[in-house]
Amino acid sequence: MTGDQTYRRADGGAIDRSRPLSFQFDGRRYRGYQGDTLAAALLANGVRLVGRSFKYHRPRGILSAGPEEPNALVELRGGARREPNSRATVAELFDGLEARSQNRFPSLSFDVLALNGLLAPLFAAGFYYKTFMWPAAFWEKLYEPLIRRAAGLGRASGLPDPDRYEKATAFCDLLVIGAGPAGLAAALVAGRSGLRVILAEQDFALGGRLLSDRRWIDGRPAIDWVAGVVDELGTMTDVRVLTRTSVIGAYDSGTYAAVERVADHLAEPPPFQPRQRLWRIVARRSVLAAGAIERPLVFGDNDRPGVMLAGAVRGYLNRFAVRPGARAVVFANNDEGARTVADLAAAGVAVAALVDPRPEAAAETRRIVEAAGARLLRGAQVVRARGGTRLTAVELAGVAPGSGIDPVIPCDLLAMSGGWNPTVQLTSHHGGKPVWDATIAGFVPGTVPPGMVVVGAAAGHFILADDLAQGAQAGAAAAQALGVTAAPVPGFSADPETAAILPLWRVPGARGKSFIDFQNDVAVSDVALAEREGFRAVEHLKRYTTLGMATDQGKTANVNGLAVMAELTARSISETGTTTARPPFTPTALGALAGHHRGPDFRPTRLTPGHDWAAEQGARFIEAGAWMRAQAFPQAGDADLQATIDREVLAVRQAVGLCDVTTLGKIDLQGPDVAEFLDRIYINGWKTLAVGRVRYGVMLREDGFVQDDGTTARLGPDHYLMTTTTANAGSVFRHLEFCHQVLWPDLDLRFISVTEQWAQYALAGPRARDVLAGIVDPGFDLDNAAFPHLAATETRVCDGVPARLFRISFSGELAYEIAVPARYGDALARRLMRQGADHGITPYGLEALNILRLEKGHVAGAELNGQTTARDLGFERMMSTRKDYIGRVMARRPALLAPDRPCLVGLRPVAATATLSGGAHLIARGAVANAAADQGHVTSVGASATLGHWIGLGLLANGRARWGEIVRAVDPLRGQDTEVEIVSPLFYDPEGKRLHA
Amino acid sequence: MRIPCPHCGDRSHDEFSYGGAADRRRPTTADFGPEWLDYVYLRDNPAGLHRELWYHGSGCRCWLIVERNTLSHAITAVHAVLPASSPAMEDA
Ligand SMILES: [Zn+2]
Repeated sequence: MTGDQTYRRADGGAIDRSRPLSFQFDGRRYRGYQGDTLAAALLANGVRLVGRSFKYHRPRGILSAGPEEPNALVELRGGARREPNSRATVAELFDGLEARSQNRFPSLSFDVLALNGLLAPLFAAGFYYKTFMWPAAFWEKLYEPLIRRAAGLGRASGLPDPDRYEKATAFCDLLVIGAGPAGLAAALVAGRSGLRVILAEQDFALGGRLLSDRRWIDGRPAIDWVAGVVDELGTMTDVRVLTRTSVIGAYDSGTYAAVERVADHLAEPPPFQPRQRLWRIVARRSVLAAGAIERPLVFGDNDRPGVMLAGAVRGYLNRFAVRPGARAVVFANNDEGARTVADLAAAGVAVAALVDPRPEAAAETRRIVEAAGARLLRGAQVVRARGGTRLTAVELAGVAPGSGIDPVIPCDLLAMSGGWNPTVQLTSHHGGKPVWDATIAGFVPGTVPPGMVVVGAAAGHFILADDLAQGAQAGAAAAQALGVTAAPVPGFSADPETAAILPLWRVPGARGKSFIDFQNDVAVSDVALAEREGFRAVEHLKRYTTLGMATDQGKTANVNGLAVMAELTARSISETGTTTARPPFTPTALGALAGHHRGPDFRPTRLTPGHDWAAEQGARFIEAGAWMRAQAFPQAGDADLQATIDREVLAVRQAVGLCDVTTLGKIDLQGPDVAEFLDRIYINGWKTLAVGRVRYGVMLREDGFVQDDGTTARLGPDHYLMTTTTANAGSVFRHLEFCHQVLWPDLDLRFISVTEQWAQYALAGPRARDVLAGIVDPGFDLDNAAFPHLAATETRVCDGVPARLFRISFSGELAYEIAVPARYGDALARRLMRQGADHGITPYGLEALNILRLEKGHVAGAELNGQTTARDLGFERMMSTRKDYIGRVMARRPALLAPDRPCLVGLRPVAATATLSGGAHLIARGAVANAAADQGHVTSVGASATLGHWIGLGLLANGRARWGEIVRAVDPLRGQDTEVEIVSPLFYDPEGKRLHA
Repeated sequence: MRIPCPHCGDRSHDEFSYGGAADRRRPTTADFGPEWLDYVYLRDNPAGLHRELWYHGSGCRCWLIVERNTLSHAITAVHAVLPASSPAMEDA
């Protein structure tokens, strides 16, 4: 019976019969057509059972024909592209598509865990909170794994996603969300008015409900009208139509997020194409024409495969030319029941009855039902669906006794309609609360985001001619609002219809489990339990029962759930309230949100001009902020990384080393007031800095804690160059702009970041002068007296290259930093290496740099951690008392002057071979190592090749008075407990003789 | 959110960084006390109109005063902090 499209109609529909497609479901091969969704193709082949439910493993089929689908969730594709929880109702069929049912064991039709259904009381509302309370240890080992196996959805591939995703930004005058009748009319008039329009439609075809219903517009079939509009929009160069695009969020200032499924309808993305594209659309105006979603009716075992939404049934019949069953019953509380009967009959499906709980029926309804050879059962209800893995019959109540009508009607299809919920979710993304409209028995938009107009079914209007007119008027209104002459609003005519409804939230006398939220297996009994236990507020109901918390976000469930709660508590639906819809509107792949920001492309990478040179030297790189910096330069003879670091450190101490320091922030400041500005920025004074000199400075935040440190050189009377740490380059620059623009706009200076304009190298070691002498101009006097420690100048190197030369040292050795315009950076590094070859020049990386600064007790990022004061770090004497500066007052708060504040100390293991670890806590000898006994922590550590043992810096309470004391460095994470001696942070050459050599 | 920069036009908020409430006056007293605590730590948290600082770091690098409704994010006025009379604006 299956596998041969038995349920496919001979003709009609929007499928392309000339393009047959082959696909697999649970390993079995089927055929469908281009234009099918997976759900349509499964139904065409008679497949009704598609999955098992989340908690009870109940057999489930296909409920809907759209993105609201809660039941037909499948795993699509295989290997790394396997995607769980895909809705079969929106998955487009392609040749070779592989899909598998989820959540079944061992097979879909025989599932041993369906016995969860017998354990239903255990899985009732609140079961997480009640059943698995105690003992706590059981949760991890027993309960959670058990629940995860028993209740759950599909499996992720566990492999890296092979596809690419991209992000795009678009601007438009008008964004139209939804290409049903109202949206098409809006786009048409706006486009004719000359607006820049983006029309976004989640489906792969335009037309919305017009694709699924047999309607007439202006005297011709509606699909012909749609084709005409699509053609006309195609000729408008300022109209962009995005199909397969779901608008998932409405944000501030007319910004919308949308996901375009570029290649999900193909076996794999074509070359150079992403799988999905995340759009950021900035729209001056928007029209929400997202339509409405049909509500299920709530009766016993209403989840049986074969129970479908009536609108979906019409869609399968008319758009996909599929008969979803052979013998149907229609159950509806509104006027669309008759339409469904007519369409079923026209497609050759036997219709047994139209069950309508309303007492009266229109003459037209009676005529349609009679023509279909069906019974009209007024005032009746379906109380239960029979069958296991597929529907076999429905049980009725309300059939007049003695009427001769059997209250059990055999059927394999039940088309149900409980009315329609306008798709208002996007209107709530700015906090707007939908408003209950008793006329349509649904929520309509309340306050909408600025610039948005809601039209058609999304606004609660279900009459086609009105929807068309509203859409057209919205398109014209957008033009007028933007100061553009609007094109004429055409008049539309459509076939007559009515849209009366009598709310029916749960069928009285229902037998069996009456599901409200199919995806999360929430039934009327769960809502009733929540009510009995006091969880009556909507937000409590939601969390206690998990109603609406599945991936479908309760699109078919929420209104039914809160209406049932309203009935149970004898309140109106308005009083009961509604939950807040938040982005994203539909489940969205994390890949789409990440775009290309993953792996090495997570963020832009900054490379210094000397990067290639360093790579050729064998550098191992490490991220430093956004930069890639050389961590070390391993050579063939190095035993390990430590050996490399040791070699590099000793080269600097004994000969000369070369280090790329381009990444330090460089800020060029000019103007007569720079010295005054620096005085207010730094804790120390700057008015005495002479031209040609450089000075170390420390800057605080206004709260008194250290912000950054670095050197500033005076290159000319009104010209200064500041350096910042690599990490803080951006934030310090912003801080300077704040101080200048907001605090002291009267100061006459300008500054700009020149970090990327200059390449800079440190040349450090006793032979540094000998190397440098080879590249400066012949007349340049490098002698200690002529160019002493902390000298700075603008000069030329390498026969005419403009350069800045600084005699500054982070290593404590005789050292220079040479800056050249970035384009010369690579050449300068190579030249210095050649020049230094005879002197043993050695490139060194961040690791060696760190050891060298530790040996000199210089603070870096781990000490400048935002929680240390200048006093903590030993800079108290730099703090000027003769001027105001940022942070001056707050740094003198009593608590920051307390003697027991942790302050900078050197740490040396008592045992010569002991190692230290960063982050270890400093604890007194003999004390229990707990938080109360914590006296500080180790900030930086390293093995000093110069000294032959490990050294560290730390922050210790009252540390400056404790030199010579022995404490313990306790690191419970790494299992270390090491005795350390508190020493001066200046481990090496405390007199600074080498610096001035 | 989009901020209409007086120099650069309508731009996405991710080009800007937030700088807190505008109109704070840095105290002139050199004595630590409530004035300083207020300036550094205490902020109003109005539901409604808020004058605040934004830095257009990915644009003109100007600090701007933005009048924003914290409930709706509607922006009613934006102007640069630096007055036209500032020395730094002379040849701008
Ligand atoms: Zn700007």
